Amino acid sequence: MDELTGLSDSALLDRLQRGAFSYITDYTDAETGLVADTSRADSPCSIAVVGFALSCYPIAVRNGWMSRAAAAQQTLKTLHSFWNSRQSDQPDATGYKGFYYHFLHMKTRRRVWQCELSLVDTTLLLAGVLLAGCYFDQGGDEAEIRTLADALYRRVDWQWALNAGRTVAQGWKPECGFLHYGWEGYNEATILYILGLGSPTYPLPPSSFTDWTVTYQSENLLGQNVLYSGPLFTHLFSHAWIDFRGIRDKFMRATHSDYFENSRNSIALHREYAARNPHDYVGYSRNLWGISAGEGPGYEQLHEDHRDRRFFGYTARGVPYGPDDGTISPWAMLATLPFGAGPAIAGTRHLLETYPQVCSSDRFCSGYNPTFTGSGDGWLSEGWFGLDQGLLVLMIENYRSGFVWDLMRRCPPIRIGLRRAGFKGGWL
Amino acid sequence: MVVMAPRSTKSTDLHERDLLRRVRPDDWTNPVARPLYELVVVGGGPAGLAAAEWAIRLGLRVALVERRRLGGDSLNTGTVPSKAIIRTAGIHAIMPRAEELGAPAAHELPVDFQTVMARMRRIRSRIAEYHSADRLRAQGVDVYFGGAHFAASDALMVGDTRLRFKKALVATGSQPQRSTIPGLEEAGYLTSETVFELASLPKRLAIIGGGPLGCEAAQTFSRLGAHVTLVQDEPKFLPHEERDASQLLSFSLARDGVDTRLNTVILGVRVENDVKILETANDAARYRIDADEILLSIGRTPNVADLGLAAAGIAFDPVAGIAVDDFLRTTNPRVYAAGDVCMPLKFTNAAEATARMAVQNAFAAKRRRLSLMTIPWCTYCDPEIAHVGMHVWDASERSVSIKSFTVMMQDVARAITDGQDDGFVKIHVKLGTDRILGATIVASRASEMINEISVAMSTGIGMRKLARVLHTYPAQSDAIRLAALAYTLDQPVSWLQRTYARWFA
Repeated sequence: MDELTGLSDSALLDRLQRGAFSYITDYTDAETGLVADTSRADSPCSIAVVGFALSCYPIAVRNGWMSRAAAAQQTLKTLHSFWNSRQSDQPDATGYKGFYYHFLHMKTRRRVWQCELSLVDTTLLLAGVLLAGCYFDQGGDEAEIRTLADALYRRVDWQWALNAGRTVAQGWKPECGFLHYGWEGYNEATILYILGLGSPTYPLPPSSFTDWTVTYQSENLLGQNVLYSGPLFTHLFSHAWIDFRGIRDKFMRATHSDYFENSRNSIALHREYAARNPHDYVGYSRNLWGISAGEGPGYEQLHEDHRDRRFFGYTARGVPYGPDDGTISPWAMLATLPFGAGPAIAGTRHLLETYPQVCSSDRFCSGYNPTFTGSGDGWLSEGWFGLDQGLLVLMIENYRSGFVWDLMRRCPPIRIGLRRAGFKGGWL
Repeated sequence: MVVMAPRSTKSTDLHERDLLRRVRPDDWTNPVARPLYELVVVGGGPAGLAAAEWAIRLGLRVALVERRRLGGDSLNTGTVPSKAIIRTAGIHAIMPRAEELGAPAAHELPVDFQTVMARMRRIRSRIAEYHSADRLRAQGVDVYFGGAHFAASDALMVGDTRLRFKKALVATGSQPQRSTIPGLEEAGYLTSETVFELASLPKRLAIIGGGPLGCEAAQTFSRLGAHVTLVQDEPKFLPHEERDASQLLSFSLARDGVDTRLNTVILGVRVENDVKILETANDAARYRIDADEILLSIGRTPNVADLGLAAAGIAFDPVAGIAVDDFLRTTNPRVYAAGDVCMPLKFTNAAEATARMAVQNAFAAKRRRLSLMTIPWCTYCDPEIAHVGMHVWDASERSVSIKSFTVMMQDVARAITDGQDDGFVKIHVKLGTDRILGATIVASRASEMINEISVAMSTGIGMRKLARVLHTYPAQSDAIRLAALAYTLDQPVSWLQRTYARWFA
């Protein structure tokens, strides 16, 4: 790890971006083009990770890690897999109404674990599909990519996902119908509404976005003005594809901010929280922060230093309202790079120097908890998660070249969706 | 948790006798009716009692009719008993964690359920004195016990006695809502009306409904040693509170050992070998919950039956209750309503306030509007969850832009020293102004702290002025000043202010 920390900022980013991308190539099925959710044995595919992977291939071409032809071939294989998969209301299909199940078998492409037909994960998949359609603008394979990308997007019945309500449901299962976990307040779903509103076939009504934003909460928290959402990833996912600098919807016009600025303020909030460290967790500081959704040590309670500490398993951690059990997401600080390189790089360097075990093969693990002493030297998440790696590739690229943002600015569904959601100004 | 063997119920009987002597005396004789009352109040709960007291103060001839016990559910089965037991449960929660506060922990503190309940009865009986029949009679109120129904637009019957009135107030309250869950009636269940009559602590308690009562009961009974499963069919507990408050409550319920089941519906209930079995579904998954007792707490319905409301031309709905205008007047101009029977917010404080407002509107020149009333409320879990005024979604639906100023209790010195740093103070302010539109407070004593916001809202004190009000230090309520201070710090400093500052530097 000394080797990494000794690198210049630019060389460090090179290494970490390439390392993250190598996850995609290492854990993609050669036949289906599907990408594993994690590096663990028998991991199924996560459709969201496929969305990130599809977005990574053009970046790989740009950085000379892949030939354009190979990237096109890989992309085409993946798109074929989805286009030719089974769409029905049967419990072992790949998708339904143009949406896809969250987790699929890497080989058969069928649903696993009785998981849900996931709206937000389908959205992340489609973001990658649309990006591929924008990037590959030549003939041959590339023309077919454009046709398939358009067809996959057109097949999605966003209106069905309203379930006759005012806002979209979060998911659906053949066993019980729509899932009602309630989406209250701001979260990562902005891009879902944008793509839904931009659909040429089954567009969401503009009122659905307005009805969702009714639950927004503009808050002054720990001295920061934020549109609040606890977990850090919620401030990053939509931004991996869409450049929100200077474009504003009605809510942001009223608060004189924009979603980019909001992510920046939320990052400042995370840093301030870590500096205050109200629960006295090991390691937290203004240079070690980043609390997000992910794995944790497990649902355990430990008694130490005359007090009980409660730990959690997989959950959406957030600040300042919690839950927080001292688990940080080691990839998160670096993923905030486009919003401010100083804190992102300083934090990442501090993390690599203090807890080098969080990074192996130039890839960050999903979670680390130095407070959890139940297993010796803190708890470390096993292997790597595809979402973390994909997000890092995109965010590092956006910081360095704005490549993904520039591509997606030209993507008609994004432009139409943003306009229908009431966004104005800036590059729009 | 060790549960002790039952003790004698002698003291319990004494407290029960004392209570009845006050709120439903055995030897009570209804008065001889006057030819005409200026006000007849139907219902002797918090609303009815407040109305009678207010009307007597105005020098009116007042009759009050109560079907069961004075004090209503608030005194007899709801607010008062639950708070008494919550206090004891709090002791049992703190003792095992005493080490965190620097004192020795007591992990196996025995629970004497009979003593817990006896304390509750003693307290209930003591508070009942303030609502007693004797006290009302001494004040000049004609108190009738018995069922009342309207015989005409200006007359009520209590048994064979006809009470003619110039004005009447219906304040009959509400009762626990029933359920259509298959098998529940046959299996038997407790409600807020019967749960405090329990003679022993159920080993396994299943609670249906994650509203205020369900959550309070879940935490309380869990702290006393029952294995509690709390089943809620929505994505969060306290669906009418904001997400962050509900989330904190979920954490604290889990910390106290409550088995929480959100997004879960009950498919049916059956009994096998004296065990009540609840079949539940969470999306596609099916679960079974075994319980010794079931507490149903899915809301309250207004008491509108058997009152002859139609005979008096009083419009009502079985779910929404009696229809009233903004002055609490029913569709019969002589008749007003107050409290749970007509209010969506079914709280004791709202019942009393609307009752006084109704009397004022019926007999005074200056009328007051219900829509202008500021009603704070609280769910008495640990931490407590209190709210007043608008929620964010209320403001958004009215196209009012707001900004919330939040202070976490974990940043408040006194909350840290007290080891009570869970929660927050969140004050909603109209954007571009310092006007407070509402607030949510989650804190150990949120029920006390919210009153400061109520005072500010009722008297028009804005964030600027609130920031300048000195609070004791350290105090948990200082969180309110800190939120107001955050507002002040968030305001831009004008060019003129900067120039002056430099000038005087």
